[in-house]
Amino acid sequence: MKSNRATQEPGWVRALLLATGLGFLFFFLGLPLVAVFVEALAQGWPAYVEALKDSETRSAIWLTVLIALAVLPFNILFGVAAAWAIAKFDFRGKSLLITLIDLPFAVSPVVAGLIFILLFGAQGYFGPWLAANDVKIIFAVPGMILATLFITFPFIARELIPLMQSQGKDEEEAAVSLGASGWQMFWRVTLPNIKWGLLYGVILANARAMGEFGAVSVVSGHIRGETNTLPLHVEILYNEYNAVGAFAAASILALLALVTLVAKTVVEWRMKKETDMLNTVLAPEKT
Amino acid sequence: MKTNRVLPGFGLALGYTLVYLSLLILLPLGGMILKASDLGWSQIIDIALGERSLAAFRVTFTASLLAATVNGFFGLIVAWILVRYPFPGKRFVDALVDLPFALPTAVAGITLATIYAGNGWLGRFIEPLGFKVAYTPVGIVVALTFVTLPFVVRTLQPVIEDIEPEVEEAAATLGASRWQTFSRIVFPAIFPALLTGFALAFARAIGEFGSVIFIAGNIPLVSEIVPLLIISKLEQYDVLGATALAVVMLAISFVMLLGINGLQWWAANRHRNNEPLEVAAGKAKGGAA
Repeated sequence: MKSNRATQEPGWVRALLLATGLGFLFFFLGLPLVAVFVEALAQGWPAYVEALKDSETRSAIWLTVLIALAVLPFNILFGVAAAWAIAKFDFRGKSLLITLIDLPFAVSPVVAGLIFILLFGAQGYFGPWLAANDVKIIFAVPGMILATLFITFPFIARELIPLMQSQGKDEEEAAVSLGASGWQMFWRVTLPNIKWGLLYGVILANARAMGEFGAVSVVSGHIRGETNTLPLHVEILYNEYNAVGAFAAASILALLALVTLVAKTVVEWRMKKETDMLNTVLAPEKT
Repeated sequence: MKTNRVLPGFGLALGYTLVYLSLLILLPLGGMILKASDLGWSQIIDIALGERSLAAFRVTFTASLLAATVNGFFGLIVAWILVRYPFPGKRFVDALVDLPFALPTAVAGITLATIYAGNGWLGRFIEPLGFKVAYTPVGIVVALTFVTLPFVVRTLQPVIEDIEPEVEEAAATLGASRWQTFSRIVFPAIFPALLTGFALAFARAIGEFGSVIFIAGNIPLVSEIVPLLIISKLEQYDVLGATALAVVMLAISFVMLLGINGLQWWAANRHRNNEPLEVAAGKAKGGAA
């Protein structure tokens, strides 16, 4: 169509861009994703099931779940508190605070592990005291939880801050001036408003917590059956040339990634639906 | 400014935020900087500029830059087709773009190493042509490209969606070709976001560890990245050496973070001070506005 000459690309350009973009995604995303499952099942279903039944693999799954469960409540509490202070109030140094919250995103996971070794390791600041009192943090589960907390620190706060900023504070102020207590306001007004955003942040933080490798690897000590999470177990099996075992364990993590993507998409869809609804309700007044 | 706070919980929320931030993030990072100050600046620089460290920094930076560039180019195309072109399975493809954020890096690492190995799905076609990817520095670029793939796409998508069709229509009406409209109107509008995505990808790539070590080969001076060198120093009980490298990495991260904040501020402000339609359209036509 001639009228579209400058608002749409010519047909051959469109075809070329589609082929290039989709080809890139196929080679860099599609192929690796399929390869995980093909390699895991390379020696058939029985070998796959056998690999998953391995007691070390199972204890690695447990530890991964345990660390995520330990980390998420802290992140939820921090995310809500930080977003509440930043989105609903004005104070000096706010933008510095937001930058500092982002800091763990920029720090290499290996550095994140190292800082806890410098604090709690044998030669660390608190090392001698911990050794004297027989408390183990490094090369033990508490250190792995700390490193994971550090890595997943920004996720929930980063989702909630812009969301709560865009919602403003009218509804909460109305609730308070009508006599609601602080907790009533939070549970009846704030939480229902942010629930999808909060869930979104939890999904992302959980995926990172369960999949973290570098930071946890530095502080774990790789003690089999004790301080091995699933990603660390994948590395050990792979380095032992146990391809089926490594990819079987990896396939569980890949399934987790797929579940994460689906859950994320569903929540995004719900959030969009709610804003669309809000916009149609408000639109007649605005125009 | 009189602050009349109607809402409750400011003190509690901010207090908790600051205490948690200090204990978990600032104190540990500060402890590392204190440890490094035992060494003194000259010694930190000596360690960072040692032959093996310098090579590791070169490998890390070159590979990260290449990966961010690859993603800048293909990410622009992917974001463009996801926003502008209809095709079957689009929602599925859109969701799949986030896979690298959801897939643990160790899984990505062993999978890419297996695919690009000499007998792998892609390696068996590539190696006879004389290209080796697995266990070479090229492998590092491939792993980093995978890990940082979503950044450019996800920063560009909302910006491309926000371009008002009227601007492009005005350019067309004034006689601009499609290429002129793209290069003089669309591209300048999305450039800050493209740069932000590039910087985010680069910053992430520099620190990446899990996906790289499986495919890199990890040969000192050739394909050893800085995070791996930190770990090998730790394993040899060279805690101070590891700390020195980590402090340099931290300084780079902090500079990157400030740079990215600046870029985002630029992108937001540019957007606000948009030129009037006619001016922009006139520029696209190539004439004086």
